[in-house]
Amino acid sequence: MNCLLSGVGGQGTVLASKLIARTAMQKGINVRTAETIGMAQRGGCVVSHVRTGDVIHSPLIPLGTADLIIGFEPSEALRVLPYLSENGIVITSRKNIDPVTASLSGDTFDADEMIACLSKHAKTYAIDTEAIAKQIGSTRVVNMILLGAALEAGALPFSFEELAETIKKNVKPQFFEMNVQSIKAGMKVIADSRLKEEK
Amino acid sequence: MEQHFLMGNEAIAYGAMHAGVRFVSGYPGTPSTEVVETIAKSNPGNIHVEWSVNEKTALEIAAGAAMTGARALVTMKQVGLNVASDPLMSLSYIGVKGGMVVMVADDPGPISSQTEQDTRTFAKYGKLMCFDPSTPEEAYRMIIDAFEFSEKYGAPVIFRPTTRICHGCANITFVEPKTQSDDYHFEKDPKWVIFPRLSYQNHVKLENRELEVSDVFSSYSCNSVTKAGRKGIAANGTNVTYANEALSLLGTEATLFKVATPYPFPEKLALDFLSSVDEVLCIEELDPVIERELIFLCGKHHLSVNIHGKLDRTTSLAGENSVESVRKWIGEYLAIPVTPSSTAITDAPKLPVRPPVLCAGCPHRASFFAVKEAMKGRKGVFCGDIGCYTLGNAMPLDMVDTCLCMGAGVAMAQGLHECDPSTVNFAFVGDSTFFHTGIPGLINAVYNEHRMVLVVLDNSTTAMTGHQPHPGIGRTLMGEVSEKVSIEKICQGIGVKHIAKVNPLSLTEAKKAVTEAADFDGVSVIIFESPCIAVTKPGPMHVVNEAKCIGCKICIKKLGCPALVWRNNKAHIEESLCYGCAVCTYVCPKDAIGPENATSMKGGKA
Repeated sequence: MNCLLSGVGGQGTVLASKLIARTAMQKGINVRTAETIGMAQRGGCVVSHVRTGDVIHSPLIPLGTADLIIGFEPSEALRVLPYLSENGIVITSRKNIDPVTASLSGDTFDADEMIACLSKHAKTYAIDTEAIAKQIGSTRVVNMILLGAALEAGALPFSFEELAETIKKNVKPQFFEMNVQSIKAGMKVIADSRLKEEK
Repeated sequence: MEQHFLMGNEAIAYGAMHAGVRFVSGYPGTPSTEVVETIAKSNPGNIHVEWSVNEKTALEIAAGAAMTGARALVTMKQVGLNVASDPLMSLSYIGVKGGMVVMVADDPGPISSQTEQDTRTFAKYGKLMCFDPSTPEEAYRMIIDAFEFSEKYGAPVIFRPTTRICHGCANITFVEPKTQSDDYHFEKDPKWVIFPRLSYQNHVKLENRELEVSDVFSSYSCNSVTKAGRKGIAANGTNVTYANEALSLLGTEATLFKVATPYPFPEKLALDFLSSVDEVLCIEELDPVIERELIFLCGKHHLSVNIHGKLDRTTSLAGENSVESVRKWIGEYLAIPVTPSSTAITDAPKLPVRPPVLCAGCPHRASFFAVKEAMKGRKGVFCGDIGCYTLGNAMPLDMVDTCLCMGAGVAMAQGLHECDPSTVNFAFVGDSTFFHTGIPGLINAVYNEHRMVLVVLDNSTTAMTGHQPHPGIGRTLMGEVSEKVSIEKICQGIGVKHIAKVNPLSLTEAKKAVTEAADFDGVSVIIFESPCIAVTKPGPMHVVNEAKCIGCKICIKKLGCPALVWRNNKAHIEESLCYGCAVCTYVCPKDAIGPENATSMKGGKA
């Protein structure tokens, strides 16, 4: 599996990629990841590559071979779309984050336009993470909501229970319940949209 | 054995610990920083680990430690090696007793560095054995080998991963840790004192060792030749993984020469490779090290093998390689048509640009703004330096006119003023950079009677690399409370006659301090003291009173704060970003910005 996580510095992409990698590793799956961080942590683009499989050469996913893109922000999901394989899926947050340069120049962008373009090229689930996070009561659970969605979409090589186990081991215990609740909320979005499609 | 999912730098740290390292020092620098941090966190208790004041000092104390017979590790980024090069060049001649590894992380791209220098080239220049791992797993094993080689030959060695190794993660299988005694002693011997006669003798030894180690490296397990046909590919580091990935995507194979020890170059193994191919494609980042060695060997041994790479412009001259670029070169080289790896998305809307910016609430923004406002209508030149505050060059602050290397701004301001006295010359330096290499420049300014304003941006941390402690903080990496080294007292001791210490968030006072310093005939220092937002609690969140806001955009245009956004024709403050620095309240002409309510404090960020 090749999974790409993209977002803006400070959104928790790195933690999400670590959770995917550690959960896979716990199942005995060989994992390799790479982060593009550097100066980007100050509000810049952040991309994590997670690869699993018996033989993984490059730490970076080659273009056109990602099975899954997890976008923490719609324009960042679109930026890495060339990495997606023909049958890959995109799971993205609907909530746009304007760069500071946009406020200076008045040059903002439309999240719906980004999502429309994503949907045109790939199977895309755009999730209203902002509303769900508000219900849960923390702005910092967006990464968990997206992980839940990816899980329910069948794009990750492990189960909910296995992911929860990793979170228990790696994330502060006081956030455990909230994280699990967020993952379930993300799973529900995909399950609901699947039901709708079936109808 | 136990498996662990580790980042390359963590794997290197564990490798060093399992090799029995007793002493660890370094200076933070991306992408090398996490090695020292990991050892500090996982210290079994008997390892001395520290952030030193700069790379030269870090290397020198590690050399001292290794002279007792203890194993020592010193870490830095590639430009840090420039600072440490003086002691390292001499140490190469003098040698060590305990194994000593100089871990220098290279940064192809560059992603976060000033240069694309190649430490493999430095290794050859300094006649230092060099280890160049291709994956985090290999890095773990190879740093253990590096200690063995260093101790066996009594010589410091260079261990040189690149960003993709340092910041890539993989499953690592631990080996049985080496147990070492804690009983080390320095034995007095003339061999520790560098004199011209000794240098001559040791130079001869170094040249002879190159030949000997070249032979040993030809059978070193991390160097390899995998034969498959008359077309050869030579690669190093992460390029080996790109080449393998590209070959598998192209569904083909080639004879692959993996070079893990660029110096001394494994000549016998290289000759075995060259004799089995007609042509070679070299895939490297930064310098064409392998390419030059192979061309040299072809000349030396009269081999008629064509060598391609950077020198004949087959591959990229600069920047980072990728599976895509390597696949394209290998495809052309093997005459295999390369189908586009993905369909180009031609109908995508314009994507936002996200340049790195100073955080909302960053005290540097206030410092730069205070200087900018105070210098309005006067000619000023602003020398920047290396750190978060380099970002002060971005619009709208636009307050960094020069940036060269750590500590350079302090000195450059003096040269600029000597030849162009029509301007007031400022140098901005961070607290950690002041200790690193800022002090000699300030002494020079006082001694040679230059006129300049030094602005020390003291945010109580080494922010850019992830908040490491430094001499001004009063705490060491070992967690011990230490003497706080006072920047103000250093300036006083040097003899600076005009020193002001101000909180930059009090903009009125800050501006006044800048005007006074700029008027002072001589060397003046302003210490802007306000902690980085990452190491302090936020102030009261601020809001825009929409009834008062006239939509003039002055706050947005003057400060460039990420928390200030344009919404419904009014300025708006993003709740999730505001840190309550209140600098925007000074610039609003309508007094429309204020604390949400004077008593409510925003909760701390986890």
